[in-house]
Amino acid sequence: MDYEIVIGMEIHVEMATKTKLFCNCTTEFGGNENTHACPICLAMPGTLPVLNEKVLDFAIKAGLALNCEIQHYSKFDRKNYFYPDLPKAYQTSQFYYPICKDGYVEIEAGGKKKKIGITRIHIEEDAGKLLHESVDGTLLDANRCGVPLVEIVSEPDIRSAEEAQVFAEKVRNILEYTGVSDCKMEEGSLRFDVNLSIREKGAEAFGTRTEMKNLNSFRALGRAVQYESKRQVIDIKKGREIIQETRKWDDVKGVSSAMRSKEEAHDYRYFPEPDLVPIILSEERIEEARRTLPELPEAKQARYVRDYGLPQYDAEVLTASKATSQFFEKTVALYDEPKQISNWIMVEIPPFLKEKEISIEEIPFQPEDLVELLTLIQKGKISGKIGKKVLSLMFEESAGSPSQIVEENQWAQMSDAGELSDIIAKIIDENQKSLDDIAKGNKKAYGYLTGQVMKATKGQANPQLANQLIREMVEKKLNSRD
Amino acid sequence: MKLETLTIHEIVDLLKNKEISYSEVVDSVLKQIEGQNEKYGAYLYTDPDGVREQAKALDDKGVTPQNPLYGIPYGLKDNFCTDHMPMTCASKMLENFRPPYNATAYESIKNAGGILLGKTNMDEFAMGSSTETSYFKVTKNPWDLTKVPGGSSGGSAAAVAANMAYYSLGTDTGGSIRQPSSFCATVGLKPTYGLVSRYGVTAFASSFDQVGPITKDITDCALVLNAIAGHDAKDTTSLNLDKKDYTQCLTKDIKGLKVGICDSFMGDNLQPEIRAAIDAAIEVYRDLGAEIVPVCAQFLDHALAAYYIISSAEASTNMSRYDGVRYGYRAEDYNDLEEMYNKTRSEGFGLEVKRRIILGSYVLSSGYYDAYYNKATRVRTMIREDFNRMFDSCDVLLTPTTANTAFGLGERTDDPLAMYLTDVYTVPANIVGAPALSMPCGFDKNGLPIGLQLMGPVLCEETILKAAFAFESATDFHTQQPKID
Repeated sequence: MDYEIVIGMEIHVEMATKTKLFCNCTTEFGGNENTHACPICLAMPGTLPVLNEKVLDFAIKAGLALNCEIQHYSKFDRKNYFYPDLPKAYQTSQFYYPICKDGYVEIEAGGKKKKIGITRIHIEEDAGKLLHESVDGTLLDANRCGVPLVEIVSEPDIRSAEEAQVFAEKVRNILEYTGVSDCKMEEGSLRFDVNLSIREKGAEAFGTRTEMKNLNSFRALGRAVQYESKRQVIDIKKGREIIQETRKWDDVKGVSSAMRSKEEAHDYRYFPEPDLVPIILSEERIEEARRTLPELPEAKQARYVRDYGLPQYDAEVLTASKATSQFFEKTVALYDEPKQISNWIMVEIPPFLKEKEISIEEIPFQPEDLVELLTLIQKGKISGKIGKKVLSLMFEESAGSPSQIVEENQWAQMSDAGELSDIIAKIIDENQKSLDDIAKGNKKAYGYLTGQVMKATKGQANPQLANQLIREMVEKKLNSRD
Repeated sequence: MKLETLTIHEIVDLLKNKEISYSEVVDSVLKQIEGQNEKYGAYLYTDPDGVREQAKALDDKGVTPQNPLYGIPYGLKDNFCTDHMPMTCASKMLENFRPPYNATAYESIKNAGGILLGKTNMDEFAMGSSTETSYFKVTKNPWDLTKVPGGSSGGSAAAVAANMAYYSLGTDTGGSIRQPSSFCATVGLKPTYGLVSRYGVTAFASSFDQVGPITKDITDCALVLNAIAGHDAKDTTSLNLDKKDYTQCLTKDIKGLKVGICDSFMGDNLQPEIRAAIDAAIEVYRDLGAEIVPVCAQFLDHALAAYYIISSAEASTNMSRYDGVRYGYRAEDYNDLEEMYNKTRSEGFGLEVKRRIILGSYVLSSGYYDAYYNKATRVRTMIREDFNRMFDSCDVLLTPTTANTAFGLGERTDDPLAMYLTDVYTVPANIVGAPALSMPCGFDKNGLPIGLQLMGPVLCEETILKAAFAFESATDFHTQQPKID
């Protein structure tokens, strides 16, 4: 019997606004505990939420980027449950009327393209953080309380761990481009919930699903899906019933375990939030958001292929993150050699990023410096091989400009034809045998002469120039023999 | 001269003419509080030293009142936050809570120069109609110590009636300003929903709650409304309208004003003396040249049920934040989180609050939401339409504020339904979000005050105040004083 995995995902994305969803507290990450919290964050009596309009624009942009229909009428609801990280004991969210509906994301997995439907996107507030390690018991840090999130809910269109990962990466990629979120996984700006069930291949009805919440890396997402789908298939094969429940993914142990069942599930008692008026969006406002939406990855790829003549593969790699494409575009604006730049960004730079464990945003030099390096190579000041050595030093702290590095290491090629000619003339004189060999038609002797020149110049001779001069001078010598 | 029996506008005139000092003004009411509060229980907290200091500072500076509330001492219901006094909502849950921020309505009065005397008693979290659900004390009706002052703003009404404040602020979710005003012979206005900011006022039922004044006469009511009405960026449900001077409409000329009267508000359960007082009031209006128009309001039958469903639903989640985690009461002994929640909320809340939480949670719970909450919101829409239709044929609706005069202390505490029925005439205005005012219009055979309610369409405060002012000018009920030793 063949089984099919059915996955729907919920992606929580932190919006990159400066202030929180319902008050003026900063959303900055990493402040001391409870320093980014006010009476509104702490749900003190009589405090009221005031909607941050910026969040609306961000949510509209997210919706547009994910091909959603933006709703002219939406509103907030209260999702009621008790937990110490939720000061009001209800989360202000959008349940009945979300701001965006009916979108999709196109992904490519296993060599095939497919559309993953987006059911809805709604705005909601984040909860605080509980610190369990304290000797005094559990402590609350309310800094995150009220940080604006959007929740993106997919259709159950995902069929494998790979698709889940590709979908999540694609959503992250798109949202990063729109600028509505910094999408920093390590700061929890992006979290995934996975609803997973198994059914016989070809079956119409869905199997019983389980939910895994708060997966915070693509790797964890992929592993959790693999584990959970295997677990369910085994249980089904053994005739065990799948229980509808929320499961906890333990990324260290690599296993999921039951957290609470449907019977224990919360009754959230959703109802319209009376403290906030409905959100009415004009067509103009939505159009304005559409107009100011930055170029998204797919459009960028098409442009790279069209305008820069890059292969599709290069275009995809260069647009895989906003920072990479920005680095590429800044460089290409200064130095009109797209393919050459692409090669350096795709091939030469990544090993250093890996070695230094940094992202492309953290490269310690500017696109201008890369251009300087490429110009040095192009002008023959250094060889391509030396260029790579220069690049490695550019990653070192307090490295100078490429020119300074070349100078300090005396890596400049000998490109002065006069100076080289003298050296070559001397070597030809000292190697009459090679001259004889060449005269007999043994062209390999040229290589020997080049080697001697490189040896004499400690490798700094510009190889093209040296070769050219050697040929010219040898021919001249041979001609004068005749 | 018994200063404390005067109105705001009378006192301000005296202050302007330098006939009295600010200190004399505050002393007049502080003396009353010191002498009578133990008996009436109107205040939970007062700040006599602070009040005297403020008055002395004004006297030392020799300033003349810069506006009609300048230097006038007043009381605040204890569900308003001020950063220099406790705010308990008359609940054990908030017994030691001191807010670090101010309610906007308080700020407005502070900016107008008002002097806050203290915090008045109320039903716990404003849930109740007699001020008897207060965790701390019982407030007694200044007209009869064996009767309730009404609720939930019972302390605020009693304080004004017993001359322990020149005016006070209350909140009205289903009648909590008007019903105690009716029981205590004060003037109480529930403005249009959104006219006064709710920021810093502890929420009971957010879509009904409104802040309003309790005063000795209509002119004072307009003066206080002038100070507190207005848009507040901290409350997005507050209306963004131009400021008005509500005293401008206080003319006695109401010729041609269409005063609606409605049989549904005059049912069999109406106390006969109230019916007589309302009939007499109708005659006063007729004599003043108003046109008396019979109108039909079908909504009354369902208003109370819809109100208790929606208000309890909202209350149940508004009360959830009192969980013992961040502030307020926390149970002493518990083994885990669940037990901490259970004990804290079981011990911290009183019976009536728990009743509303349970009722509200029930009507919102899965499987019952459509049958109760959803249906009630549909009824709310129908009532709104019915109400608006009614005002096609009249300018104001004249009704009794309550079906009975003040009832005895303890009389209804064991019968929640009887207590809820107390609100039957007042809840429609909250359901619709429309303004409504209660003013004295007579006394029953035991000398207990009778209240007349005037309702108008949304944002028609001026029509109501105008009609009320005309009635007040033609009668002397507002000048009656309870017998206080």
